[in-house]
Order: sequence, then structure tokens, then C-alpha cells
Amino acid sequence: MSHLDMLEAEAIHIMREVAAEFTRPVMLYSVGKDSSVMLHLARKAFYPAPPPFPLLHVDTTWKFQAMYEFRDRVAAEAGMELLVHINQEGVEQGVGPFSHGSRVHTDIMKTQGLKQALNKYGFDAAFGGARRDEERSRAKERVFSFRDRNHAWDPKNQRPELWNLYNGRVHKGESIRVFPLSNWTELDIWQYIYQEDIPMVPLYFAAERPVIERDGMLLMVDDNERMPFAPGERPQPRMVRFRTLGCWPLTGAVESTATTLLEVIEETIQVKNSERQGRAIDQDAGASMEEKKRQGYF
Amino acid sequence: MSIETLLKEHAEKDLLRFITCGSVDDGKSTLIGRLLFDSRQVYEDQLSAVERDSRKWGTQGDAADLALLVDGLQSEREQGITIDVAYRYFSTPTRKFIIADTPGHEQYTRNMATGASTADAAVILVDARKGLQTQTRRHSFIVSSLGIEQVIVAVNKMDLVDYDQARFEEIARDYQRFADKLDFKAIHCLPVVALNGDNVLEPSPNMAWFDGHPLLSLLESLPSRQADADGEFRFPIQYVNRHSSEFRGFAGTVAGGQIKTGERVMVMPSGRQSAVASIVTFNGERAQARCGEAVTLTLTDEIDISRGDMLVRPEQRPRVAEALDARVVWMADQPLLPGRQYDVKLGTRTVAATPELIHHRIDVNTLEHRHVDELTLNEIALVRWRLSASAAFDSYRHNAATGAFVIIDRISNLTVGAGMVVRPVTDSLADKSQNVVWHEHRIAKTQRAGQKSQRPAVLWFTGLSGAGKSSVANALELALFQRGYHSYLLDGDNVRHGLNRDLGFTDEDRVENIRRIGEVARLMADAGLVVLSAFISPFRADRAMVRELMESGEFVEIHVQASLETCESRDPKGLYARARAGAIRNFTGIDSPYEAPEKPEVVLDTESLSIEECVDELLDYLKSRRILV
Ligand SMILES: Nc1nc2c(ncn2[C@@H]2O[C@H](COP(=O)(O)OP(=O)(O)OP(=O)(O)O)[C@@H](O)[C@H]2O)c(=O)[nH]1
Ligand SMILES: [Mg+2]
Repeated sequence: MSHLDMLEAEAIHIMREVAAEFTRPVMLYSVGKDSSVMLHLARKAFYPAPPPFPLLHVDTTWKFQAMYEFRDRVAAEAGMELLVHINQEGVEQGVGPFSHGSRVHTDIMKTQGLKQALNKYGFDAAFGGARRDEERSRAKERVFSFRDRNHAWDPKNQRPELWNLYNGRVHKGESIRVFPLSNWTELDIWQYIYQEDIPMVPLYFAAERPVIERDGMLLMVDDNERMPFAPGERPQPRMVRFRTLGCWPLTGAVESTATTLLEVIEETIQVKNSERQGRAIDQDAGASMEEKKRQGYF
Repeated sequence: MSIETLLKEHAEKDLLRFITCGSVDDGKSTLIGRLLFDSRQVYEDQLSAVERDSRKWGTQGDAADLALLVDGLQSEREQGITIDVAYRYFSTPTRKFIIADTPGHEQYTRNMATGASTADAAVILVDARKGLQTQTRRHSFIVSSLGIEQVIVAVNKMDLVDYDQARFEEIARDYQRFADKLDFKAIHCLPVVALNGDNVLEPSPNMAWFDGHPLLSLLESLPSRQADADGEFRFPIQYVNRHSSEFRGFAGTVAGGQIKTGERVMVMPSGRQSAVASIVTFNGERAQARCGEAVTLTLTDEIDISRGDMLVRPEQRPRVAEALDARVVWMADQPLLPGRQYDVKLGTRTVAATPELIHHRIDVNTLEHRHVDELTLNEIALVRWRLSASAAFDSYRHNAATGAFVIIDRISNLTVGAGMVVRPVTDSLADKSQNVVWHEHRIAKTQRAGQKSQRPAVLWFTGLSGAGKSSVANALELALFQRGYHSYLLDGDNVRHGLNRDLGFTDEDRVENIRRIGEVARLMADAGLVVLSAFISPFRADRAMVRELMESGEFVEIHVQASLETCESRDPKGLYARARAGAIRNFTGIDSPYEAPEKPEVVLDTESLSIEECVDELLDYLKSRRILV
């Protein structure tokens, strides 16, 4: 078996364990490339049946328009139920990335929104597409990552996890986050997308897009109405693409001419900065990802 | 090179998983940081984060502390130690690596075991100033118990001992001596300076006296543990897929061997039979499924199968029992207490289980067996478990995927231990080896053996009748005697006529026969002797049990090999002829199976070697293991 075959088999094994051992699993779906790979693997794991759990999208209401369209289409194709959750309290308080900054916006609309959704439906396991090579605290996380009643991760007290024998035992109210792509690298993901011909949101490919430059970050203006332009600021058309997807005001674009999958992969291989650099949230503080995860962030 | 060629090359690279382990502060994380940094696998933003942190937490003044690349948790940076295993990924033009950097601190041994359980190889670090520590030995023993056979001993911080060759060689020798008792296939010792990169990617100009390969080239050349597609077919049922009223598929990962459509299979433990109707995957039906692949099977008959059952070939059955003996690593603050109930997750089957007794604890420093009433955090022992329902499994040595289990506390839900099956326990056996009150001798075994200039050992000859076990064993014993060593040969003549006169040749009696011989061999080894035993001993599980009775490194399994045809034509006692004629029943090779050893210490092919050559080979082996001094 090639290493990609091994990674695929491992992910499928993990998903089946979850389907067999939990009462109410769910798959977090964020529309990005990792989610797409995860969903594809789930379809393989349970073929010919559709995956025996719903998809959950925690919608911050600030995603790229192209992401919403893609999401609805893909869920329908997989024959899966799609649950969309929006933190209504956040909406009522008018929380957004421009008015409240990335930290508050992400916390209220994403982290709190996720917790609300998990509590509301009583999910005891939630799949996420995170990989250990993304960031150094993720590199420490188990495949089955235990969360207490407050959805908090305790990195100093993780359950031992030997071989492929995962412990999914939880008391009521506790849950497990499951990461079937733990051992995949970014290159593995791209390679698999290429090999399996998995459809991707067009935002990953370079195109001319309306862009402004702020604090060294290239922002694509996805919604003119909600964009608070500074005086004199005007979007310029530039050839850009995204290496990761999130809320459009918080996700930096990179200049690129890569319009095909192979070109995107080629760029990825040559790149010198890790992909999460494009996300504003990670640079707020030294250990910010770990901090977020302790509080229930995926 | 075009991107497509590059992808193709990347796709075809093989994978090596390895860990770093060893005592606290020996430089494991620094070494991995250095490996990643020097091979340019660190992104600029990650490096600047490390530089920022180094000023705050680093141990290297203003220079970047590369350990911080892997010590990814806040508390790890604050305390300057590794708490949990970090997984890192990197590749060279020839290979992909998954690294697990594990913590050295004793408190976090369970996290080290987590990282080691999936590794192909281990890099064990030793601080050149300190030499071997208890943790070095504990980690080595865990690594060996988990079945890792490839080990690199990196003697680190050579800068702090003036790159002294003699010091390196002394540590390498110490390690070699300790590891003689473990099951490693290859041990590569290498002096390094993790901090500066000496002998990490490039040979070190400071240690021109060292002529071995640097770490990375060594890692590129180690064999990885390949999925065993030649072994016996094992398919633990993970999930029953009931897509529609017509479709009932059994989903799982092939845990051993391979299967084709049309082949007959048996469901364990129920014993019902059927045949594979189809192998279903998203990419279409397949004719065959091999070890490691995650597939869905359908069968030709409607039989009752659920998660936790196992599909096998009818002629290659695993063990089915309600009790088993296993080596256990205990991982909880609360001790393991015989009599308490736990849950055991063995493959895809979870059953309630009670530890009935602790045969012995293994001292990680000396590898000696100690008799204990409870098992505390980080201790390792041989434990008998009684399961609430029968389960199918193999010994861990035979197949790790069907012989490993985790132990879960039923109240806290925590994973409190890990187990490796040594053998199943049948009822007759269960009664005989329980609750023995052990008498501690005043004179230690090592003292007895030391007086004889030898290390106690049991040389276990196994093979078909007529393969040459007795001839070789007798010749070896003579050679030992002539050289002044103290030995004793157990064979059919002196055992079957006395101690085991009451036993016949049914499977059950054969098991008991070997059990008694094993116990006698143990007593004799305890007396400091080199014990030779020459019995067919056809069952793998029985030999595994004798191995486990002995302290690590004492059991030497010698497969005396000759084909059935050759043995039959030799037929020194006319037994084959009588068995063929039906005059003897249950004769190994004719109407009773012989399970060849999977990993014998020595294989002697008596079709091509003379008896003298066999003896020479054995003497060399015993010297290399320092059983003979
Ligand atoms: N002089 C010298 N110091 C070293 C070398 N390698 C590591 N160190 C220092 O040894 C200390 C411990 O290094 P770590 O890499 O954190 O050790 P570790 O083995 O990962 O420790 P734990 O994971 O906590 O068990 C740090 O201060 C390192 O800078 C070396 O080759 N030479
Ligand atoms: Mg460390």
C-alpha cells in the first residue's frame, strides 16, 4: 500500500468506529479542502449507504458567497442531511469581524455557535478536518479528543491512545472530537484531491478578484454592502487565490496565477510560510490556538 | 521535474513511523527540532514563533531553542519539558516519515507508549554525561514489548564530554549488554549533538573517529513494518452496513492476510460458515482484499454477525477463549487490583473483564520477575484476565492487530492500561497455575549463574518429529559440557517416562505437557543452568507462554527445520509409517498441525547443515547474546 492508501484506510477505520460506538455523531463541515476530503472519505466508508450522520455547518454569516453555494450542492450530492446553525444572540448583538474584531467575532459566532449547536442536538461525537501538521498544539492532539461538559480540551490530561483502539466512552454531556485526517499533511490532502478528483470551491484557484490591502493582508471584498471602506480605499482587481477558507474579512488571499489544480499543488510545494498564516486569529497571541481549543474551538 | 512526476514520486514513497524516547532532558525534542530545521521542513512563520518564544522560555540564550518547535503546549514551554507526544511529518526524496516525539518524564510514560504503539522504529536517546537511566531501560523495554525491532541509540550531548570516543563506546557497550535481553533485530549506536546537528544530517567533523552513517541516512535505510498480507486472514467486524433490505455488508479493516471473493470464511466465535459473495468499495467491486485495506464484505448466506465478531478462514482459526494471559502496561494512578471489573477493548470487541491474578511484575531495570499483589502506575506485568464472554484473538507476537487491547475503567471511562495477549487460557490450565504462593529465594538467580560464568537460559528446540531436535540438542549439550558450562537437557525420554507419564497426545494433554516442561525449565534456569529442551511443541501459544514465564532474553526459540517429506523419509523411530497406517493418532504433521515459529531467535535448516555446523552456529549465537561468557 502507498502511504496515501494507508492514510485513507486509517480515516475510514476511524469513521466506522465512531458510527458503531456513538449514539449521535455529526460531521462538522466547513466547506474548505480538508472538509471536502473528509466528506469524500465518509462516503467511501459507508458506501453503498450514505454516511449515517448529518453534516453541521456553523455559519458565522460572513463566509464567502461561493462557499454557501458549494455547501448546499455538495450536501445534496452526498445524500446527507445538512444542519446549519447560526448564533442568533450574536446576530442580535450585531457581532461581526469589522465591528468587534477577529477575536470576539470568532469566539461568539464560531466557538460559541458551535457549542450551542452541539448542545442543541446532543451530539456525542463531532468529526473535524483538523490535521496535526497545521499548528503545534494540534500536533499534540489525539484522534479521539475528549471534551468535558463545557467542551473544553485539557491538553495535559489526554487519554492514552494506543494502536487503532480508540476509547469513545463519555458520560452524558461530554463528547469526543474526532480527527480522521490527523496524520495527513497539506500535500497529502492536495494529492488526494488530485487522485480522487474531488470537487473544490473555486476560491482555491486563482482568478481576478476585487482586493484591498490591509495590515499586510490581502482582503477580497466579497460583499460591498458590509465592507467598511477607509477613506480613499478602493478594491483593485488582482489575481489571487486562497490557501485556506474562513470568514472573508479574516482570510488573507495570496497573489497567484495558479488556475488549475496542478498549478495550485505546485505552488503549495514551493511555499515557505505555513498555511494558517493567512488566518488573522492565529497571530493574536503566542498560544492562541491552544487557548481557543481549551475553550471549545475545534 | 514536472509537478505530475513529483506527485507520482510522492505517492509512491514508503512510510516509516518512528519515535524518539529516553530519559527526561536527554534532548529528544531538540533532536527532532534540529532534524526538521536542517532538512528545511520548517516554515518561516513557525520559525519566527519559535524565535519569539525562545527569548521568553528558551534554554539557549538568544539562539532559537529548537525543542520549542515540537513542544507545542503552553505548559511544555513554561516547564521546559515534553508532556505529551507531538506528531511531526516530513519527507525526503526517498521516504515519508511520521515522527512521534515522546516525553521522557516517568509521569507521562503512558504518552510515550501511545506514540510507540504505532511506530516501526525507535530512536532512544542517552545523555553522554549520564549514561543509561531507569527511563532509558523502561522505554527500551516498552518499545521491545510493543514489537518494535529496529532501534537507534543516539548518544547525545557529545559536546559536553569533549566528543570522547571512549565514553561513547562505553555507553554503547552498556546498552548492548542490556538489550541482549530484549527482542531487537538491529541496534545502531551513534554519537550526536542534537543542539548543533552533529551526525544528524551530516557526519560530524568533531567526531571523525565515528565512521557510521548520520541519523537521517540511517532512518532512510531502516525497514518499515509492512502489513502482513501473507499471514492468516483476519477480519474483525467493525460495522454492519444495512443499506437496504437487500444489502447487508460487513465493514472492517483486514487485520491479517487476504481474502478473495468465493472463498469460505468462518465467523468467530460462533463457528458458523459462509463464503465471500462480494468485496464492495466506493470505487467498484474488487476480487481481493489485503491486509490494511478498509473494505465491506457481503456473504452468500444470511447468518447472524455483529460488531466484535471476526471473519477468518476455517482452517486458520484464531484462539477463542474466555480467559487469557497478557503483558499489561498500567497507566492509571489507581492501581490495578485483581478482582475488580474493567472493560477491555480487543480489536472491535469490547467485553467486561476481571484481572484474576498477577503472575509477576517485570522490573524494568533488571528485567527480573517480582511477585506483587497490585500493579501501580507505569508498571508492567503478566496478568491473567477472565472475560465476561468468549472472544477470538491471537497472541500479540503472532498478530499485533488481533492481539492488542486497551483497558477502560468502567466508572471514570479513562483508558487505564494497555495489554498484549500472550496466550489463551483453557479451563484445565486455569486451575493448575493459580494462586501459587511464591517463595523468594535467598540466593539470587544471577548469583547462581554468575558462579558458573554463564547466564541462565532456556534453549527451546522445536520442530517436526525427525527434524533433528534431539540430535542437535544432544550435540550442543556435549559441546557445552566440554567447555565447562552447566546445562541440562530435557527431552521425551526423561520427561514422558516420569513427570508426564500420565499424559497422552490429545491437544489438551499436549498443552499440559508443555506447561509442565516450561515450569521445570524455569526452575532449572532459576538454579542458574542453561536448559535445553527438545520437544515437538507444535503450538505457538504454548511456546509463547513458556517465553513469558522466563525473564526477558532467557528464552531462545530454535526452529529445527526440515520439510515433512524429509522427516518422513528419515523416520528414525518408524513413527510416520505407523501414523500413516492409522496406528498412531494426533501425530504432528499428519493429523495434527505444526505451527511454525514466526520469529524464532535461531533457525537451523537440517537439510543443508550438518549437526556440527548447527552446533557451531548455536555456540556463536549464545556468545553474541552473552549467555556464554
Ligand atoms: N550541550 C547540549 N545540550 C543539549 C543537546 N541536546 C539538547 N540539549 C539541551 O538539553 C535540554 C533538554 O532538551 P530537550 O530537547 O527539551 O530534552 P527532551 O529529551 O526532549 O526532554 P523531555 O521531552 O522533557 O523528556 C535543553 O536545554 C537542550 O537545549 C546537545 O546535544 N548538547
Ligand atoms: Mg521533549
